[in-house]
Amino acid sequence: MPSNIIGWARLIAGVLGLSAVAYIAVTGNYLLTALGFAAIYVVFVAALNLFMGHAGQVSFGQNAFAAIGGYGSAILTANHGWPPMLAMLASALLAALVALVVGQATLRLRGHYLAMGTLALGLISYEIAVQWEQVTGGYMGISGIPPLSIGGFAAETDRQVFLVLALAAVLACWSVWRLRRSRFGRAMGAVAGSEEAAAALGVDVARTKVITFVAAAVYASVAGSLMAHAVGYISPEVFGLHMVVVGFTMLYVGGIGTTLGPLVGAFVIGMLPEVIRGFRDVQDLVYGVVLILILIRAPGGLAGAWRR
Amino acid sequence: MTALLELQGLHACYGQVEALHGVDLSVGAGEMVAVLGPNGAGKSTLLRAVMGQVATAGSIRFEGASVAYAPTHRRAALGMVMVPEGRGIFGPMTVDENLSLGGWTQRGCVAAQRGRVLDLFPRLRERLGQLAGSLSGGEQQMLAIGRAMMMQPRLLMLDEPSLGLAPRLAAAILEALGELNRNGLGILLVEQRAPLALRLARRAYVLRLGNVVAQTQPGETLTQDQLGRLYLA
Repeated sequence: MPSNIIGWARLIAGVLGLSAVAYIAVTGNYLLTALGFAAIYVVFVAALNLFMGHAGQVSFGQNAFAAIGGYGSAILTANHGWPPMLAMLASALLAALVALVVGQATLRLRGHYLAMGTLALGLISYEIAVQWEQVTGGYMGISGIPPLSIGGFAAETDRQVFLVLALAAVLACWSVWRLRRSRFGRAMGAVAGSEEAAAALGVDVARTKVITFVAAAVYASVAGSLMAHAVGYISPEVFGLHMVVVGFTMLYVGGIGTTLGPLVGAFVIGMLPEVIRGFRDVQDLVYGVVLILILIRAPGGLAGAWRR
Repeated sequence: MTALLELQGLHACYGQVEALHGVDLSVGAGEMVAVLGPNGAGKSTLLRAVMGQVATAGSIRFEGASVAYAPTHRRAALGMVMVPEGRGIFGPMTVDENLSLGGWTQRGCVAAQRGRVLDLFPRLRERLGQLAGSLSGGEQQMLAIGRAMMMQPRLLMLDEPSLGLAPRLAAAILEALGELNRNGLGILLVEQRAPLALRLARRAYVLRLGNVVAQTQPGETLTQDQLGRLYLA
């Protein structure tokens, strides 16, 4: 049992949050779609957290890997009839390969330059999605993407889809947590702390960064694939700069470098528009004010404030 | 017999500025060598150059083989281990994690070495679960040296390990280094507190403005007077 008021507040907030999710899931409320979206973003933001929070790097181009996952899954399943899981795997492999090649060059940059370099990556992927019409469908995108399925079981109802996405979200957070606590995770933390000190301990800094970048790309790609299957339709806009902005917001609101930050951030930011819908015309204004308040009251993010 | 570390005509540059102008220096197997000198003499640069953290020209040989072109992490894997100025401790990680990072190059069996390190610095054993950033200065220095020892170094290089420590603590740290040296570890010690360093080291080099201006032979000691002149001249 919590011993003080703050402890009780945490417990109550946690119970309320979980019951809200459970209520929506059980009653099949229309909010389930928004919750599913948030769960997909948990996977995306967990990868951002790995690369930025744990390894201390920065990437504005993670949407490129989500696009590879999304378009890979869409094209392989809708146009070529591949099973969804196989398509997801193949797309993730491609994303890893691209990250490996691009990472060798880009990760030589640091700080703001790395931010700009990776931003270019996202812009390029967007242009490719728009221009390469025969393959990506241009602005029209690709529709008729089948739902996720394994063997004979397909996630077709909203509730089934949400369960799959929630499972993916938990798996993503758990695996990043495991990775951070592994031998490699310590090397990542060392690189984040000081590249020079890490190298002096025998850590191959360049290699550590590239491996982390590749891992983050795989998560982002999986998030993209989930997006394609959950919605059944994708277009360039889905994986545009907007995705990066939302991802960053979730990461910082949730708490960068924390285990539960991506989970908390994605659900709070994902559900916030639904909660403040009643404000109608001034909805965007309220959204902004809430964001600012959170960041002022909990500069380390909500999960960070939780831990304190 | 080949020296553990042998520098010949070592130059080091920060961009356009040359900070070392052809340094010759050697550390024999199992020898403790001190590098003394005033602020800005290039002492830290010397260690950074040996580890490949600044641009260098000249020869750097470790156990007879040239390492002048090896990246830093490769040199570390060979057993060239530096405890940098400011200790290089990872504050957000626990003492335990910091020590484990020291075992990075060892792959596999680090338990025995870990036991030896914790015996050398019993204080660390009590603090294993604590964040390294919350340790006192002396404890952080113990952790830095302990972490370096986890790498089973063949040559241990330390940049001002007594910096910012109370005299008694500084003496304790240097005493621990003396014990490591008696057990056969080669040590290159950069130190501003000359008397402390000279008591332990077999030989010493005095660095000024990027040049070696004096060096002592085994058994030879510098008087206060000589030291003062070297530092101030």
